[in-house]
Amino acid sequence: MNRFAELLDRLVLTPSRNGKLTLLRDYFHSVEDPDRGLALAAITGDLNIAAVKPAMLRALVVERMDPVLFGYSYDYVGDLAETVSLVWPQPQGHIPNQVPTLAEVVGKLQAASRSDGPKVLARLLDDASISARFAIIKLVTGGLRIGVSARLAKQALADLGKVDIAEIEELWHGLAPPYTELFAWLEGRAEKPRSAALALFRPVMLSNAVDDGDLEKLEPADYAAEWKWDGIRVQAVCEGGVRRLYSRTGDDVSGAFPDLAAAMTFEAALDGELLVGDPREATGTFSDLQQRLNRKSVSPKIQQQYPAFMRCYDALQINGEDLRALPFAERRKHLEAFVKTLDPGRFDLSPLVAFTDWETLERLRQAPPHPIIEGVMLKRWDSPYLAGRPKGPWFKWKRDPHTVDAVLMYAQRGHGKRSSFYSDYTFGVWAGPEGAEELVPVGKAYFGFTDEELREIDKYVRDNTIERFGPVRSVRADRRNGLVLEVAFEGLNRSTRHKSGVAMRFPRISRLRWDKPAAEADRIETLQALLDR
Amino acid sequence: MRASDLFKSRPEGLYCPPGDFFIDPVRPVERALITHGHSDHARSGHRSVLATQETLDIMGLRYGEDFAGTTQAATLGETTDINGVAVTFHPAGHVLGSAQICVEHRGIRIVASGDYKRQKDATCLPFEPIPCDVFITEATFGLPVFRHPPDHEEIARVLKSAAQFPERSHLIGAYALGKAQRVMRLLRDAGYDRPIYIHGALAKLSEYYQSQGIDLGRLEPGTVESGAKADFAGAIVVGPPSAFADRWARRFPDPISCFASGWMRIRQRAKQGGVELPLIISDHADWDELIITIKETGAAEIWVTHGREEALVRWCELEGIAARPLHLVGYEDEGD
Repeated sequence: MNRFAELLDRLVLTPSRNGKLTLLRDYFHSVEDPDRGLALAAITGDLNIAAVKPAMLRALVVERMDPVLFGYSYDYVGDLAETVSLVWPQPQGHIPNQVPTLAEVVGKLQAASRSDGPKVLARLLDDASISARFAIIKLVTGGLRIGVSARLAKQALADLGKVDIAEIEELWHGLAPPYTELFAWLEGRAEKPRSAALALFRPVMLSNAVDDGDLEKLEPADYAAEWKWDGIRVQAVCEGGVRRLYSRTGDDVSGAFPDLAAAMTFEAALDGELLVGDPREATGTFSDLQQRLNRKSVSPKIQQQYPAFMRCYDALQINGEDLRALPFAERRKHLEAFVKTLDPGRFDLSPLVAFTDWETLERLRQAPPHPIIEGVMLKRWDSPYLAGRPKGPWFKWKRDPHTVDAVLMYAQRGHGKRSSFYSDYTFGVWAGPEGAEELVPVGKAYFGFTDEELREIDKYVRDNTIERFGPVRSVRADRRNGLVLEVAFEGLNRSTRHKSGVAMRFPRISRLRWDKPAAEADRIETLQALLDR
Repeated sequence: MRASDLFKSRPEGLYCPPGDFFIDPVRPVERALITHGHSDHARSGHRSVLATQETLDIMGLRYGEDFAGTTQAATLGETTDINGVAVTFHPAGHVLGSAQICVEHRGIRIVASGDYKRQKDATCLPFEPIPCDVFITEATFGLPVFRHPPDHEEIARVLKSAAQFPERSHLIGAYALGKAQRVMRLLRDAGYDRPIYIHGALAKLSEYYQSQGIDLGRLEPGTVESGAKADFAGAIVVGPPSAFADRWARRFPDPISCFASGWMRIRQRAKQGGVELPLIISDHADWDELIITIKETGAAEIWVTHGREEALVRWCELEGIAARPLHLVGYEDEGD
């Protein structure tokens, strides 16, 4: 239990992806079964433990200590799980025989009935160290919040076994905690686990961005073009009555899209884009799509207002036949025929874009017929469906990004290599009537500049600081003084959380405009115009 | 005579009217008794100073030899008479030279703890509980959430991380007097025998510790002249916490910032400071040490100063011990 607790403590404070991977890999390498598999399940959200409510936790602790002292403590720390882990009084004269393992803790919690759950929890806390108590409380209150996605954990497993992450994603839904057979395979002690489970995820094929000079080397006739839809990549798999809608990383998202899942009455594995609207009439914008994202449950009203549908662009399997080895041209024919048999309100075909040369396609790319199109996809007619991101068969050719000239307002210190640099920048544009303009923050970016530029901005921040709040500095920015940043971004969303009413997608610094006076930076109306388009 | 006649809170600090002296005054006074060398307790400019020889030496290093009009060294356990008041210094276990000050007059004995801790520390003498009528305790970590783990477990975490990330350097932020030397000594006790790189702000004090027989092993300046960036791969570097946010830290490869402090018990404190590896190593008593010490002194009355007074006063009430906060100003958290 202590090793798991230590892992959580380290992960939550480690900002870099590589650092997290090292910590995870070392943990999986050094900890034995079944503890490591249970830890993995806790991280990926696949561990089932009956939840304990915060009020119950609080009741347990004030039975054991002065409520006033608990109140002072909680006020100071601000986090219930952490406060309880720190103040929990060990019973007088109680010395645990040994630190419980993660498996013992999970076993006791899973075996506990609803009525004796709190008692079981209290006994576990009595036996645990401070950081183990914190980990136990996190397990029972749900949500570790350690900044590690299921995908990152799978990447660590792939690193451990020196296999491709696609292999792990493909297996994942056929496995269950504590994943003993998975670890045995990764450590070379057993064959790759074979799964009898149905409707498993197939690792998706990804594309590379078109770089300068790429197209000159390519023959237009070798490629099909399609619009690149700015929805969510999904894979719809139905097999023997089992239906699953997966995200591109293999997470099961069926629960968030019950309307689409209900229409999945076929035997196939299809690749496509999840969008909202009715494909026969109109496709919704990204703002519409957002109404369906990041929701645990979705009300009938929202489902009706923003119905989900799938725009299909590839077929991996149809009626039991695996099509992945066929060339794209062949798969496309199967797909076209198959989509005709599906519910037309929930499934349609991503149309091909006819072109003869790159110049024609370039013109089409610059003026797409719908706001949710973010460019074109190029797919080699003769390419099989390959997991991962092979270079050559698929390209994405995105619309040029939007740019805006904004003024630097706040800078925050980075981490790791950048811990002594102010490298995270909040920037704003002008709002308000003429003569009384004010900057409103519109976004935050921490990349897009070179190391040399980073040094220059860092110096600027240090020389022009007007206030400090912990790791954040407020930078002088008014009509006469300020650093103008050209910010590139992919799109804008409406936001009720930001004062400016907009939120940028994928913002990055594209140029430093040392030459431009702050007063000439853009106004909020420029961004608002983009929203209304 | 009442205890409250023996000590009063004044803007300058804790004042003893019959003896006409202050303990750890924050402004220049005629006569100052000083518990230890941290800058919020030991200020320069007093007419006369009574402190342990180590504390006097440390003040000399920090402020220059003329930091006071006259100085007098107090020997631990020996009583000095000041205007008819008996004054004795006893070890406090906080940093090298740190002392509690026991003041006795007309049958009343009051002990001012200064800052103290109870965990073992190879760089200073251990705290001795002194029976008294009134115990004036610090309360920097006077909340039940502050529980310091054994320091060797914390140091083991740095060494584990250094083995896990051999291509990176570990930068340990530690207060220049006491904490830094204790951290270095703990590293040596854990078997770490490579050179430890230090920031210039630590050099004089570390050298002084070494001259007092506290072995810190080989220390090297953390400067560019002593090596290229790659040479610091796997290195452990100790410096004042403020230096790590500064340009100074750029010479180290992809550093992992560590901070040795009792405040690191609280995750949010670590997160806000951008600390990746918090080390809960403190030179102040934690909650358990505070309440054990209060019991051991047998004091009938407790005065609580600098820190979180309210929780400790509440605990004393629950235990039936008279307690009140002494609202002294000018002491900061920076000593940890």
